[in-house]
Amino acid sequence: MIAEKTRLAITGAEAVAHAMRQINPDVVAAYPITPQTPIVENFAKFVADGIVDTEMIPVESEHSAMSAVVGAAAAGARAMTATSANGLALMHEIVYIAASTRLPIVMPVVNRALSGPINIHCDHSDTMAERDSGWIQLFAENAQEAYDLTIIALKLAEHESVLLPVMVNQDGFIISHGVEPVEILPDDVVRNFIGEKKPRYSLLDVENPVTYGPLDLYDYYFEHKRQQVEAMENVFEVFPKVVEEFAEISGRKYNFIEPYRLEDAEHVMVALGSTNGTIKDVVDELRAEGKKVGLLKIWMYRPFPKAEIQRELYGRKTVVVLDRSMSFGAEAPLYAEVKSALYEAPAKPLMGSFIYGLGGREILPEHIRSAFEMAVAGELVVDDQKYLGLRE
Amino acid sequence: MKTAKLIEYLRVDRMPTVWCPGCGNGIIMKATVDAIDRLGLSKSEVAIVSGIGCSSRVTGYLDFNTLHTLHGRAIAFATGVKLARPDMTVIVMGGDGDMLAIGGNHFIHACRRNLNLTVIVFNNSIYGMTGGQYSPTTPTYAMASTAPYGSIEKPFDVVDLATSSGATYVARSTVYHYELTVKFIKAAIEHKGMAVVDVITNCHTYFGRYNKIPDPSEMLEQFKEKSIPLSKAEELSENELKDRIIIGEFRKVESPDFQELYKQLQEKARGEDGYKA
Ligand SMILES: Cc1ncc(C[n+]2csc(CCOP(=O)(O)OP(=O)(O)O)c2C)c(N)n1
Repeated sequence: MIAEKTRLAITGAEAVAHAMRQINPDVVAAYPITPQTPIVENFAKFVADGIVDTEMIPVESEHSAMSAVVGAAAAGARAMTATSANGLALMHEIVYIAASTRLPIVMPVVNRALSGPINIHCDHSDTMAERDSGWIQLFAENAQEAYDLTIIALKLAEHESVLLPVMVNQDGFIISHGVEPVEILPDDVVRNFIGEKKPRYSLLDVENPVTYGPLDLYDYYFEHKRQQVEAMENVFEVFPKVVEEFAEISGRKYNFIEPYRLEDAEHVMVALGSTNGTIKDVVDELRAEGKKVGLLKIWMYRPFPKAEIQRELYGRKTVVVLDRSMSFGAEAPLYAEVKSALYEAPAKPLMGSFIYGLGGREILPEHIRSAFEMAVAGELVVDDQKYLGLRE
Repeated sequence: MKTAKLIEYLRVDRMPTVWCPGCGNGIIMKATVDAIDRLGLSKSEVAIVSGIGCSSRVTGYLDFNTLHTLHGRAIAFATGVKLARPDMTVIVMGGDGDMLAIGGNHFIHACRRNLNLTVIVFNNSIYGMTGGQYSPTTPTYAMASTAPYGSIEKPFDVVDLATSSGATYVARSTVYHYELTVKFIKAAIEHKGMAVVDVITNCHTYFGRYNKIPDPSEMLEQFKEKSIPLSKAEELSENELKDRIIIGEFRKVESPDFQELYKQLQEKARGEDGYKA
């Protein structure tokens, strides 16, 4: 139990286990997969020690884990699971069910390369495969953010005009297994922040019986899909309120995006996840050398915060997008979307696309520097996909 | 089997293995090679398929046609291999989690179909690779990382499961019983139809440490003490058999396998003159 704000030296996985402890979900169903395992293991200890009221079931696969969580959520429970890579891929069909039945499930995802060949290290190919599933997707830069965003996610998901599931992404090993100082909020503060879950249509409300997931053909299916679009649009209104309330209890401010040294920046890098920390260091170095560079970190990838991105990127000379996953035969996911957001820009910036860190390949400050230097020297060629740290 | 001979079947450049010192997986790997060698099969006649797990890494070390697939899916991939190359000996190797938890569905359906596969279960009663979570073969009340006060679930008996699902050769051995393991794997490969060999092995690192037997040789000693041949076990009561490992050949029946029936059906459909009626 934590009664006062406490700083702990813990991993990202442990930080998220603490967030789950404070959320105190009714049901957790999970299956182990590296590098997600320590989240569930740490949480299992809280369950075994009676610190949480959660009913926990170590099921026989991720397919069952997500199914059990959907069942529990439909019954009105707060239900959580966590996974990585192939686990997420195995959940795929139920990931869509969770979003389309509007169940506010929060799932930490510890990003790992999706096979094959098999690899256990970080990239974003797992979560990118779910980008059209209808889930909200948040990305943490470090363990503190993984903790904070998990709590924020719960409140966002359960908001009555949202009712969508959320994936809280953290980079495998880099965040999940790296030890950092993390400030944990007092338990009662978190509990007050998230409040009680008030399910509107619950299977356990026997006075008002409902059904989830019945056959929905050309008569209404299309309208239901349209409603999912609206729920996503509502996130743009709800999220700022949730993060503002979170800032009041924590002093930490979140948003759709985080601009870093952007004021007069001519060359801006855009990225997801832990690499933003490294980019900030490189930006500082280059700034000290008099180069006008900056960073735009993306906290929320779905829904894609186009307006905020436009506001920050209009008028820049170059925009360099870093992707930790690919779309074979097409532009990389983040690059394609940033480029599309800039379609209406009065003066289009020069754009560069860089792939990095696949399967856990190290991304070093010099790699980031080299991408910035190409931007500064005007050497970027639009749509010419380049690779950082690749042997060619 | 002499080391020099053994090495011919291994990819020594991939070694040392990922297995902890004292792990029983090496014994099962060697027993498999020994069985193949005694049968005089050439490397090119054999395909070995595995899923994901410590034990499934065996396909990296065995110098045959090998396929390292997805967690739980080895039998499904092997089904494809066998259907495409009925002439090949197809062996599936992997853990109890891989075969019976996430892949349990494929396991029972391959048994039901009596597909001509040899399935070797490295049964260590735990998920080794991911850090000692309890598995479908963890005994009730045994400890695991996900069961800090003991598992309350009932385990699968691999032999019962395979037999009742329709496998036509079913045997159990332990890594303590090397010769027996070789004998059963050899018989399984020779058998026409679905053959399952349940080999009890030691994960002292997780199962052992969680259950106060962290020493691999002590785990093997326990396998020796707990084991009882099937013929003797038949004379004992259920109570007397509690905590014992019954070893032996439980089922060995001749029954047309999937491919034989498939061929028969094809011939029937074509009619006598070779054309479909
Ligand atoms: C879809 C999917 N879920 C989870 C995993 C993670 N995982 C890898 S091996 C393993 C279990 C290993 O246990 P077992 O199959 O019994 O083999 P052992 O390591 O004990 O030999 C798990 C859960 C995975 N690779 N893919």
